Amino acid sequence: MRKYKFLEHTADIKFQAFGNSLEEAFISSFDALKEIIVEKNRIKSVKKIKLKVKGNDLKELLYNFLEEVLFLLDAKDFIASEIKNIKIDVKKNLFEADVLGDRVSNYKISNDVKAITYNDMSIKEEKGKFIVQVVVDV
Amino acid sequence: MCKMYKEKLKKISENIWEIPMINGMLVPGRIFFSEKLLNNLEEDALKQIANVARLPGILKYSIGLMDMHVGYGFPIGGVAAFDIEKGIISPGGVGYDINCSIRLLRTNLTLADIGKIGKKELLHSLFRTIPSGVGKGSKLNITYKELDEVLINGAQWAVKKGYGEKEDYIHTEDNGKLPNANPSDVSQRAKQRGIGQLGTLGAGNHFLEIQKVEEIFDEKTAKAFGLKKGMITIMIHCGSRGLGHQVASDYVGLMGKEYGWPEFDRELVNAPIQSELGKKYLSAMACAANFAFANKQMITHWIREDLKHYFSNIKADVVYDVCHNIAKFEKHLINSKEKEILVMRKGATRSFGRGRKEISEDYRDIGQPVIIPGSMGTASYVLVGTKEAEVLTFGSTAHGAGRVESRTSARKNISADKIKKELEKKGIDIEAGSYKGIVEEAPEVYKDIDEVVRVSNEVGIGKLVAKLIPIAVIKG
Repeated sequence: MRKYKFLEHTADIKFQAFGNSLEEAFISSFDALKEIIVEKNRIKSVKKIKLKVKGNDLKELLYNFLEEVLFLLDAKDFIASEIKNIKIDVKKNLFEADVLGDRVSNYKISNDVKAITYNDMSIKEEKGKFIVQVVVDV
Repeated sequence: MCKMYKEKLKKISENIWEIPMINGMLVPGRIFFSEKLLNNLEEDALKQIANVARLPGILKYSIGLMDMHVGYGFPIGGVAAFDIEKGIISPGGVGYDINCSIRLLRTNLTLADIGKIGKKELLHSLFRTIPSGVGKGSKLNITYKELDEVLINGAQWAVKKGYGEKEDYIHTEDNGKLPNANPSDVSQRAKQRGIGQLGTLGAGNHFLEIQKVEEIFDEKTAKAFGLKKGMITIMIHCGSRGLGHQVASDYVGLMGKEYGWPEFDRELVNAPIQSELGKKYLSAMACAANFAFANKQMITHWIREDLKHYFSNIKADVVYDVCHNIAKFEKHLINSKEKEILVMRKGATRSFGRGRKEISEDYRDIGQPVIIPGSMGTASYVLVGTKEAEVLTFGSTAHGAGRVESRTSARKNISADKIKKELEKKGIDIEAGSYKGIVEEAPEVYKDIDEVVRVSNEVGIGKLVAKLIPIAVIKG
């Protein structure tokens, strides 16, 4: 099941991502970002990178996590396919996960996401469901 | 949706509107829209104008130009100036694509010359020569030490390395080299993102276009800019790629940590201009701007090399190169006294009138060339900067058409094949990295560029000189 949806935004791309836990919602937000970058193309999971991200609050943690995906793309020739073994420490604002993926040059990239933004960013919990909202600059 | 700001808009004169000081605004908002453009005026963009007006040290007005639309923090098509002692600098006032900018080349070719080779052939050749798309893609293999030199010297580094001539950077804002750029203020992460992208066009709204001068509105100025009817021109639109994006992200985070997040919009996070962090951001921004200048300088060189295969006596001189996303220290009249202030232009073009020392000598008696690209498949314009702009908009005018339709709805409503066919009917060929890119940049999703420049001309903040129409486009 697709756990994210795209919303109207004039210049950039806005999405909401869902999950039964904060971890799931973070993973869904990654799935949304991945669709923006490569559309429906399947990325192979041939390499694994361990990711550790810090923040001063939850929004920064989400921002820094998603930005890491862009960093890997530009700097490490690495396009992420999936996120595994995700752990979020809400008190310490720490995020850890395994990022699987492949070399960028093996794929057709359809969108150059310049940056994650804080514009209209929200992280909400409603009746045990988590919803995160992000606008990315393209 | 509540239309609070729209309802409060007050007409000052033809094409000029004011948002009065409400909700803690320190200065009024000034919007440059015609009645026709008002149909596409977004309430959220007005709210952003009002938010910017709440920032400490803002001077005179928070300005929205004809192409204004919603951005993050500051609207796109926004200009704001700040007092150097009391004011702030915000990465949101510059944007993530630092020094996203436009360069125009004039050639000694005509449409007939292009026809002899074939437009498609030329387009393919340029598409192969100029790296575009996402990821690394650079043809060069430079060291981090060399990258630091790029960040300090910008287009001048590229010329020194044999990519082009001195005249190229002389016809670039700040001679293609923003001062006070210290590479140690740029994070290693930003350098890692940028090092593999030097000399690449990128993707998204970035493009390279072959055009024809369709119409001249001002013969004298056009002559000074070296433009005449029927001439082939080439337009390059690109920015500082991942390096600039990362600089913006880094300093958004650092400023949030040091000075706290503004409660009304995190993207307006800022630091005092005089603070250590404020100065570091300005230095890192200058580095990213210089990366973008070097980028376009190298692309210019490769275009010339490529065209040489077809036309041995090809000339492709730089008319001018203007910044769209930048903050600069400039002298302006504040309360009828000349004062140095910090001007942030986000999706706006500097438009200085004659006499300013910032303009290259050969154009100084005329005014600065202003280059305003249209959307894919529509006309672009060359204007000339004015004294009126210095009075009304801190010497600024629009930077393009400005979006009106979202990318998501564009993808739902428009097909790439249809656009390609429509462009071909108009005699415009296109090469693109992706079909999605074509759809999202379709002419329909932008405001009417003709109306944007008409208003600039009527208000007098940038006067019409020439109209350029596209004949072939490469989209990143």
